[in-house]
Amino acid sequence: MNQTIRDIESSFLKDKESLPELNVGDTIKVFVKIKEGGKERTQGYEGVIIKRRGSGVNASITVRRVFQGIGIERVFPLHSPRVESIKVQRRGSVRRSKLYYLRNRTGKATRIKEKVVAKKDAGKKGEVKKAAAK
Amino acid sequence: MTVGLMGKKVGMTQIFDEEGLVVPVTIVKMGENIVTRKLSKEKNGYEAVQIGGFKVKESKLNKPEQGQLTKSELPLVKPLKEFRVDDTSPYNLGDAVALDSLYKEGMLVDVRGRSIGKGFQGTIKRYGAGRGPMSHGSKFHRSMGSIGAGTTPGRVYRGAPMPGQMGNKNVCTRKLTVVKVDTENGLLLVKGAVPGAKGGLVVVTPSRTKWN
Repeated sequence: MNQTIRDIESSFLKDKESLPELNVGDTIKVFVKIKEGGKERTQGYEGVIIKRRGSGVNASITVRRVFQGIGIERVFPLHSPRVESIKVQRRGSVRRSKLYYLRNRTGKATRIKEKVVAKKDAGKKGEVKKAAAK
Repeated sequence: MTVGLMGKKVGMTQIFDEEGLVVPVTIVKMGENIVTRKLSKEKNGYEAVQIGGFKVKESKLNKPEQGQLTKSELPLVKPLKEFRVDDTSPYNLGDAVALDSLYKEGMLVDVRGRSIGKGFQGTIKRYGAGRGPMSHGSKFHRSMGSIGAGTTPGRVYRGAPMPGQMGNKNVCTRKLTVVKVDTENGLLLVKGAVPGAKGGLVVVTPSRTKWN
């Protein structure tokens, strides 16, 4: 990419600490800033990442959840100032980069296997839970 | 009427505004933009300012350009473009026109450039005409359909969509919002797309609207 473009984008990029590692299949909670009548408050949105696209400032994720029997998918630009923070609750193990098949499934069939991190990668036991707790 | 400034299209990206909304922007790297000549009503018949876009090597200029610039002891710049103005007195020969003197954030601008050449194209690509079935025994695939009625009017109306050169012509995109003016690096961020390929010459002029 052009250096000039990169310089302009870099001022909008979030640093690594504020943005956890996100993968397709993870269950996450996104805290979004919402403006309501001049007031600003934060709202949580919980769901499964079914899609991750783009790179740099362009990167976004699609988070799906089923609410009152209706599937809702929301797209969050990862570097948007409206996305205050993202909390990973559960690491999922999936074999696809886009989980569109979840749209055709309901109930138990939408479960995703939890990712088991190998010992040498994790360093310590319970690393996944710790990461989730962060 | 004011002058316009020349720049080169760098490319597109997206940024976030104060509300956190995504804004698609085109980055334009502005040139040196040096006033090279002033034209007056008495001498030339109209008031205008000639501006040179980018500093170049001597070998990039032809003899008349070199002659004009060296005679008035100016840096070697290219291309030279005239802009009609009401009053030439604020412009001094050899001065660079500052970015922030012309553009402000939130202002509307017109951007002129040469569109990407697509070559000789048919009516489907060029004008969005429909096409025939590609299979089931059809012999009418992508060729042109009817170009008009028969005996009455007995001729083809002017402007009928026909195949020909597509792109590689001067295009002006009007009323684009200026998102950011970066005088330090000579960058202009304009909301939306701008004609031409990356690295192509674009001329940015303030739009003639009541909002500017």
